[in-house]
Amino acid sequence: MTIAVRDLNVELDGRPVLKGVSLEVPGGSWTAVIGPNGAGKSTLLRAILGLRPGRGEVEVAGTDLRTLKPRQRARVVAYAPQIPHLPVGMTVFDYTLLGRSPYIPHLGRESAHDRAVASEVLERLDLTALAGRPLDHLSGGERQRVVLARALAQQTSVLLLDEPTTALDIGHQQQVMELIDQLRLADELTVVTTIHDLTLAGQYADRLVLLSEGQVATAGPPSEVLTATVIAEHFDARVRVSPGPGGRPVLSLERP
Amino acid sequence: MTPARLRPLQFGGAVAVLAATMLAALLVGAADLPVTGVVKALLDRVPFVDVDSGLSTVERNVLFELRLPRVLLGAMVGGLLAIAGAGYQGVFRNPLADPYLLGAAAGAGVGATLVIVVVPGDPAFAIPLAAFVGAISGVFLAYALGSTAGRGNGSGAATLVLAGVAVSNFLAAVQTFLQQANAEELQRIFSWILGGLGLADWPTVAMIAPYALVSTVVLLLHGRLLDVLSVGEEEATSLGVSAARVRLIVLVAASLATACAVAVSGLIGFVGIVVPHAVRRLAGGSYRVVLPLSLLLGAAFLELADLFARTVVAPGELPLGVVTAFVGAPFFVVILRATRRQVDT
Repeated sequence: MTIAVRDLNVELDGRPVLKGVSLEVPGGSWTAVIGPNGAGKSTLLRAILGLRPGRGEVEVAGTDLRTLKPRQRARVVAYAPQIPHLPVGMTVFDYTLLGRSPYIPHLGRESAHDRAVASEVLERLDLTALAGRPLDHLSGGERQRVVLARALAQQTSVLLLDEPTTALDIGHQQQVMELIDQLRLADELTVVTTIHDLTLAGQYADRLVLLSEGQVATAGPPSEVLTATVIAEHFDARVRVSPGPGGRPVLSLERP
Repeated sequence: MTPARLRPLQFGGAVAVLAATMLAALLVGAADLPVTGVVKALLDRVPFVDVDSGLSTVERNVLFELRLPRVLLGAMVGGLLAIAGAGYQGVFRNPLADPYLLGAAAGAGVGATLVIVVVPGDPAFAIPLAAFVGAISGVFLAYALGSTAGRGNGSGAATLVLAGVAVSNFLAAVQTFLQQANAEELQRIFSWILGGLGLADWPTVAMIAPYALVSTVVLLLHGRLLDVLSVGEEEATSLGVSAARVRLIVLVAASLATACAVAVSGLIGFVGIVVPHAVRRLAGGSYRVVLPLSLLLGAAFLELADLFARTVVAPGELPLGVVTAFVGAPFFVVILRATRRQVDT
């Protein structure tokens, strides 16, 4: 489903964090939001979800998300925060089952169908063996997959992932990004991730949106956004950009 | 794979523990009663069952007019305090939250004292309501103070507890002022504060039963939603759960439960923190398990504490709050240590 954000303004404690942000994410595509620290990347995801009040329009497949009730919205958009709260002692299965919340009546309980969906998601993410394990007994990579499992259990067509690869080593970064890509292609999901690692963003995303000081600086395919001049201007970094696999740019730092 | 639920074995075990402590509390006292006689006398009260208990008239009066209301009231007070504690802990996502630390109990004390002082006559039925209003006000004060003071420094758990302590002390001072300024009612107020379960009778049991039932049912129904809330307000909202609404409902129900307990038994501390914590250790952290087990084991814990309170210095009685504090305070330190470690790492 296409996501359209038009002229979004968000203030935090009276300070403008997003200033007139507009972007379009075609259905089934992967858009990565990049930008220097404090540019408003996480705030953008939260504002799309409606967790941050703001002026402007946020539409998914033509429906204004802000007019939906939380339950309805949670059936359209799933979200994984950068630093998820993982309740101590909760098992992987129970945590995944939380993703079924939008489908469970308020004072009701999970149905057999909800449990089946959770089991199926765990199966797909290769987590079945860990289903009974408490969240605090997982490695970083496993934890990231479990958070993804909860989001998938929501069975939405849009996934908003805030820094899905933070604190992962390079192998697990690759594993998680490949996994997201497979799921996106298999289920025709629309994916928006914020991501720190520019090369990683360039390798996987169809489009990049560069946020700088709360505004969209540039947007487009990776080869257009990731240029040495753009990086120098917005990140104050000297990099060399070389063409990588499939014409996607690869960045390497250069000492001044 | 099955989700975290109350297992029949856990439930049965807790019911058995509660039944055993209740039976012990019925039997032991200034006049010990025979087991078979008590069981038969209780069975006799079941409709369509007719057995001869063999108890004398005096024994029967002790059982039905003194022991039984006291045991039932004790079970209600213990269960209410424990389940209210578990509810507060879920709302604030803080294992140290407790009716006493949050100002709920002190607020209930002020409410009840006000009624005794201001309303002429014997306002027995107004006491739980006034206690409820006081309890809610106490919690909201503590919460408001805690979130204002805690803003920005990120130590929410500790700040909330400190705010609760400040509010509790302030409200205790208000209550002391009220009672000193109304010396003629001092006797009644004191007997209420230190009351424990010594004044238990059937009208008292009947007075709080409806409030107790409503608050307990509401709390028990919110186990799953409190589990969702354990991932934090923002994520809970992204999962389609209105965190604010769940918090409000649970907060009101837990405060009503606290108010019931405080209104009839005075100040009995630490039950709301010790019992849910022990339950978590034994059966895991899901509120679907913690809430019902806290209710049952809180009741059992208070039966034991009351049994202890009225036998250890017989023929005198220790205030019940003294007994629970004796067990609870060291336990609190242990929990504090464990929580700190969790936060540190």
